[in-house]
Amino acid sequence: MNFEINGKSFTQTPRAGQCLRTFLRELGHFGVKKGCDAGDCGACSVMIDGEPVHSCLIPAFRAEGHAVTTIEGLASKEAPHPMQQAFLEAQAFQCGFCTAGMILTCASLNQAQRQDLGVALKGNICRCTGYRAIEDALDGRTNIESVAPGEAFGRSLPAPAGPEVVRGAARYTFDVEIEGLLHIKLARSPYPHARIRAIDKASALAVPGVRAVLTHADAPDRLFSTARHERAWMDPDDTRVLDDVVRFVGQKVAAIIAETEAAAEEGCRRLKVDYEIWPHVVDPEAAIASGAPVLHPDRRVENRVANAARNIVAEAHGEYGDVASALAQSAVTYEGTFTTHRVQHAALETHGGLAWIDEGVLNVRSSTQVPFLTRRALSELFDLPPDKVRVFCECVGGGFGGKQEMLVEDILALAALKTGRPVKLELTREEQFIATSTRHPMRVTVRAGADENGKLTALQLDVLSNTGAYGNHAGPVLFHACAESLGVYNCPNKKVDAVAAYTNTVPAGAFRGYGLPQGQFAVEATIDELARQLGLSPFEMRRRNIVRPGDPMLWPPDNGYHDVLYGSYGLDQCLDLVERAMQAATPATGLPPGWLVGEGIALTMIDTVPPDGHIADATIALRDDGGFELVVGTAEFGNGTSTVHRQIAATALGTSVDQIRLKQSDTAHGGHDTGAYGSTGTFVAGRATQAAAENLSIELKTFVAAAIGVEADACVLDSDSIVCGDKRLTFAQIVRSARAQGRRLAASGSSAGTPRSVAFNVQGFRVAVNPGTGEIRILKSVQAADAGRVANPMQCRGQVEGGVAQALGAALYEEMVIDTDGRVVNPRFRDYHLPSFADVPRTEVLFADTSDTLGPMGAKSMSESPYNPVAAALGNALRDAAGIRFTATPFKRDRLYPLLQAKLAAQGKDQLPR
Amino acid sequence: MDLNTITAIARPRMRDELPPWTTGDAWLAGGTWLFSEPQVHLNRLIDLAALKWPALTITTKGLSIAATCTIAELDALACPPDWLAAPLINQCCRAFLASFKIWKTATVGGNLCMSLPAGPMISLTAALDGVCTIWRPGGERQIGVADFVSGDQRNVLVPGELLRQIDIPVAALRRRTAFRQISLTPVGRSAALLIGSVYDDGRFVLTVTASTRRPIRLPFSRIPQAAELREAILQRIPDGLYHDDLHGKPDWRKAMTLRLAEEIRVECAGTA
Repeated sequence: MNFEINGKSFTQTPRAGQCLRTFLRELGHFGVKKGCDAGDCGACSVMIDGEPVHSCLIPAFRAEGHAVTTIEGLASKEAPHPMQQAFLEAQAFQCGFCTAGMILTCASLNQAQRQDLGVALKGNICRCTGYRAIEDALDGRTNIESVAPGEAFGRSLPAPAGPEVVRGAARYTFDVEIEGLLHIKLARSPYPHARIRAIDKASALAVPGVRAVLTHADAPDRLFSTARHERAWMDPDDTRVLDDVVRFVGQKVAAIIAETEAAAEEGCRRLKVDYEIWPHVVDPEAAIASGAPVLHPDRRVENRVANAARNIVAEAHGEYGDVASALAQSAVTYEGTFTTHRVQHAALETHGGLAWIDEGVLNVRSSTQVPFLTRRALSELFDLPPDKVRVFCECVGGGFGGKQEMLVEDILALAALKTGRPVKLELTREEQFIATSTRHPMRVTVRAGADENGKLTALQLDVLSNTGAYGNHAGPVLFHACAESLGVYNCPNKKVDAVAAYTNTVPAGAFRGYGLPQGQFAVEATIDELARQLGLSPFEMRRRNIVRPGDPMLWPPDNGYHDVLYGSYGLDQCLDLVERAMQAATPATGLPPGWLVGEGIALTMIDTVPPDGHIADATIALRDDGGFELVVGTAEFGNGTSTVHRQIAATALGTSVDQIRLKQSDTAHGGHDTGAYGSTGTFVAGRATQAAAENLSIELKTFVAAAIGVEADACVLDSDSIVCGDKRLTFAQIVRSARAQGRRLAASGSSAGTPRSVAFNVQGFRVAVNPGTGEIRILKSVQAADAGRVANPMQCRGQVEGGVAQALGAALYEEMVIDTDGRVVNPRFRDYHLPSFADVPRTEVLFADTSDTLGPMGAKSMSESPYNPVAAALGNALRDAAGIRFTATPFKRDRLYPLLQAKLAAQGKDQLPR
Repeated sequence: MDLNTITAIARPRMRDELPPWTTGDAWLAGGTWLFSEPQVHLNRLIDLAALKWPALTITTKGLSIAATCTIAELDALACPPDWLAAPLINQCCRAFLASFKIWKTATVGGNLCMSLPAGPMISLTAALDGVCTIWRPGGERQIGVADFVSGDQRNVLVPGELLRQIDIPVAALRRRTAFRQISLTPVGRSAALLIGSVYDDGRFVLTVTASTRRPIRLPFSRIPQAAELREAILQRIPDGLYHDDLHGKPDWRKAMTLRLAEEIRVECAGTA
């Protein structure tokens, strides 16, 4: 068949059932991405005869005789397409995985379509940005600045990968060609709880092309946790690479390794597994009741499972003061039970990776936030010295916590070690839903009281978290859900009873906010209800109770970590900023009569680093060309830290960011990095970069001062040179003279992630709700963030907007439904509605004016926390509008409607609005 | 996605070349659903594109829509000025969950044959008295669209039968129509899609789709009063017929059906 791709004609025969997406990728057009492989997300968009289509839905043979244009063919490197240029100038991307498809689609829109972007872009999902920056690109706005040398920090500089991202040339996990690659597909359990009696590999091995079938008999007889933390004690050892007991539908049972994906898939279908089906439990309350099926009967406290016989993986109990008597004596009290549901990260790049053995070193290239901790786990699991394992990533297509987990690297390593061949495992979107991780669904009961002056007298949380079949992140998420939610309020009596339960469902794990969104949904609603009873504004109620510098941040039981300090404090400013913004006049809403309007706020506090150590090393060296090479371990997955690290280094070295070449996220570079989680990419890793760059600055000055015979203090770094009085030596001259002396000018820096600071956010919403349909409209959204000295205002704004968008998706639309047999009912985007352009209101982002004494150059973390107060603020706004406390997310129209109708009926209003 | 069990593509150019139907066959029209999910039970696709059926044919009798007509082609149709129902075509095309990029590939026939309650081409053609022509080995048969779809992802086709076209009578195209749709999200999958149409002689038909598992047509001799319309819906659509899935709970779908029906009634009465 004759094809024309990006202007080149050639003859090729695609496979009968092959789609255009994989056909193009096999031809090396890696700009064509797989987000869903089902036509829902648009990441694979290409043009056929100038018209955009989703290439995953087009049979490859149908492209015969048509002109196909991928992102690589849209324009030349030297002369980018105007839409590519617009995306660069607006910085309309974060992780960049959706960008090629988004640009192709945007480039094809006519004027009429541009008038209604909500409709025009409904086929393109961006999980990171919240779409405002994309709208800016379409409107031709420039969001980037250019700055003088030494002034990079605090300015809106563009992401270094931008030019590659908009050309589709940025390399994500699978965007690499490897000769002789074998493909892995995983046979998965159809049962929620069963023991594998036997596996008959013969029929699978008989499939032409199948090279190996790996089962629990091939897996190391060792327990680990897929969760990756600096300290192993944080998670239970309850997981095997492949187990002979399956505990959720979708658990991997065997790995089929074959010459093609098709053969591996056929091998999976042919594999004969004999299961002894066991009783199962999917409800966390039932799971901890007596008589429930026990998921991990053999686990002990030594495995860090709190009470295996009751399916309790982790728990926390404690009390300060006396909550019961305080409640009895309070002027006002409130009690409520709040439930939050199961949602998925839905990073557009699925989990997966490639592994191969090269000169005795196991190499793993994966979509990970934690290359160093994954290397540690592989080294321990497979008894390999750390220097014989290399884990690395280049661009990662979104993470949101879902890749703080070792879900595929273990199988990749096992397969590479067993076959000796390079191997690839790329999860499907369905596998993402049924077999990776989710947010922990929680039920939180709050009891709280306040005195007549609005001072809190008692705060009590009773939490039940559903961690699913394995305990990855179960404990830390549970504790975090309570910690800052309670710690942000001064209150003499606090009590916590918290339990995380195993159930026969897909495991929950780390997800942006790490428990805080769940805890705060309950606590912030409660503060609101107490304020209502007292006739106080929600702002005033909070001002009377929030911690201020010097106040202890307490939650029971004492966790023993006392390294959280007020490196800066901007919560008061955040409340003021949101209050003022909500008071500002807004244009008339044009709402039909009958809609109910209300406002609500919620706040959040977050420790800037996870507890008990978060380590980052950085090195920086003067290069032969007079520029600098900065090596950091932390990964870039849309969080923007690559930009910030260059800004920090350039500022410390008095130069411009284009002089800083960044290498990152590769264990082969040496040093250690705990990983890009817990919002530490700037606060911890950035601190290491700052230290390294400052050390190099001293080193450079000392070297030059000695060379020309002056005091080092007399030298200053200035753009591309060091100036000492009237002498100016360029970095290129300096490196030459150092080399002549046999010296390499380099320095390193580290951060241990302690002491920690606190960051704050306040979210405000004005909403309208139609009691006749349950429909919600967000009339105003404003978030104030205390990010310390903001390293890059444009990127930080993007983090806040993206966090709000993701949280709104969870609060309004997204919901993983699991049936009574533990099966995920909706493992696809068209049944799991991610926010599209039309679903996300613009959020006004305001920054508190603070500078942190602990963070790099005054900066604090700001990637998780913008998510945290959103559902709570929305719930409070709905309460204000409708007079109903909706205690369960998501706030879907079909669930709000009956409650709204009941309320109207109770009020005797049967006249429904339009 | 790749359909790795497919080993052959048949590309017939005329009816005579249609291969005998065997287990593991599937008709390939646009392929936008077929390629969106694993189809491990299939091994051959019979591509209908090479049959080159004219997408849209306007005659004095009405509009003939080939099963392989794409949504984009239908949306772009320039209708004769006396087809008062013309706006309904665009409204229904925009009711797709999928974006305009899919409309270029997805077909009207594919939408009918998927038989999802939310299929907007079902809504359109059912409301406009559409008649399906079904090819079967050695012959063909006709059936109204409202009867073609028999339930959620169920229709009257038996293996080997092929939907050839949908014919819309010109009288239906000349009716005034009113359209209402709602979903759980601003531009999401329809949870209720209702169409009212008014005949020259004053008769009124309400077509209920998306909220019910199959299309329901409620005819009236004139535009009914509110209570009469409400009563007819409550009588004719038992609770069990409301669709129940993630895109809307049945009670809400029922309430939205009653609500949107009343809005349509008011609109039609107001412009009568």
